[in-house]
Amino acid sequence: MNTNDILLAVLVLIGAPIIGCIASGIDRKITARLQGRVGPPLLQPYYDVKKLLSKDNMVVNPSQNFYVVVYLVFIVLSLLMLVFKQDFLMIIFVYTVASLALIVGGMSTGSPYARVGSSREIMAILSYEPVLILYALAIYLLTGTFKLTAVLDASSPMLMYTPLIFIAMIVVLNIKLKKSPFDYSTSHHGHQELVKGMTTEYGGPGFATIEIAHFYEYVFLTGLIFLFWASNPIIGVLLGIIAYLLIIVIDNITARVYWQWMLKLSWSVLLIISIVNIAFLYVSGVQLA
Amino acid sequence: MSLAKSPWIIHVNVNSCNGCDIEVVACLTPLYDAERFGVLNIGTPKQADIMVVTGSVNYKNVNVLKNLYNQIPDPKVVLAVGACASTGGIFHNCYNVIGGVDQVIPVDAYVPGCCPRPEAILDGVVAALSILEEKKKGNIKGKEVKLKGSEVPSNA
Ligand code: SF4
Repeated sequence: MNTNDILLAVLVLIGAPIIGCIASGIDRKITARLQGRVGPPLLQPYYDVKKLLSKDNMVVNPSQNFYVVVYLVFIVLSLLMLVFKQDFLMIIFVYTVASLALIVGGMSTGSPYARVGSSREIMAILSYEPVLILYALAIYLLTGTFKLTAVLDASSPMLMYTPLIFIAMIVVLNIKLKKSPFDYSTSHHGHQELVKGMTTEYGGPGFATIEIAHFYEYVFLTGLIFLFWASNPIIGVLLGIIAYLLIIVIDNITARVYWQWMLKLSWSVLLIISIVNIAFLYVSGVQLA
Repeated sequence: MSLAKSPWIIHVNVNSCNGCDIEVVACLTPLYDAERFGVLNIGTPKQADIMVVTGSVNYKNVNVLKNLYNQIPDPKVVLAVGACASTGGIFHNCYNVIGGVDQVIPVDAYVPGCCPRPEAILDGVVAALSILEEKKKGNIKGKEVKLKGSEVPSNA
């Protein structure tokens, strides 16, 4: 750990929520425009978080507060590991712990809405996790290591060899950002039958923490897309932004589907195209230069 | 000012004829677009700031209303929308009706009309915002409203 590393860590800790907040504001603005509305100001997510922090904390049981903090800490940790080019498999595991914390927090309340949301989120994890693991495997086959250093230092983009996994990752991004058609565990709009899903029983500062963790998560997930073209950071960032905007458009033009439908989609189409991609990498034996 | 910039509302329908509810929902449509003030119709009382109540309270739903009120974290305000929620309206002397919402929980602002226009409801929300800020400043907490078993009087 030298001063540069510490400086970078502080920059990520402060910069990521700002970027995430603006991304979330852009999301709400675009959604409003697509619906023919004026929409809230760009900094609305910031006002929301500020308001939530000023309210009373009302929880069903004190352990809920703990799970929320675990969620935030592990999201931040996975983002930091991504920035510091750590082991990609480890990043996925740390990220999964964060998702699990939110699920356990929802389950612990005993509220039927939170429970339905949590069990649906388990289904979501079940459907995107295999794709993420195959993504890690592709990185291993291309570079001979799970460390991200090799990907980030390579001079040619990974997208050339993993176009099918890229398509699968776009859908994973859609599932993880909880956007329509996969927004059934919780979403930013209250649903009629599910209320707020997993996060129903959180209020005030607890919910604000979840929102802040979401800001970090936005950056982390677009970071996963960035890896596909890490050889040229500008194109990589553009790729991340385009993927994010695509998700917002998909969010607005599709209706919610059953979770069974999503499970079938990911375990058939996504898994098969990922495996085809992996098979190609294995047979041709290409290496990322 | 943080409260006034993102008021999240919970819409509670106690025995309303649905006229007022349609007008409340109309506030969120592109024509009136309440979200440009940061208003979100949030489903859960735990995250709400403003409770928008429509309809007159009756013996069947009085405990539901009290329960929802108790679950909103402070600071909170209650907005009674429509003649029914304000006074009982045309149902005021029905055998099953208790009356306006203020008979059961403290109400901070009223929006009269049967049914009130969406502009009036938005006006009511804006009026509620300043009350919300005052409550935050004065640290005024809503009292917990006690639930009763059966509210039905013997002569009903
Ligand atoms: S005030 Fe009028 S429109 Fe509203 S609930 Fe009562 S009767 Fe219906």
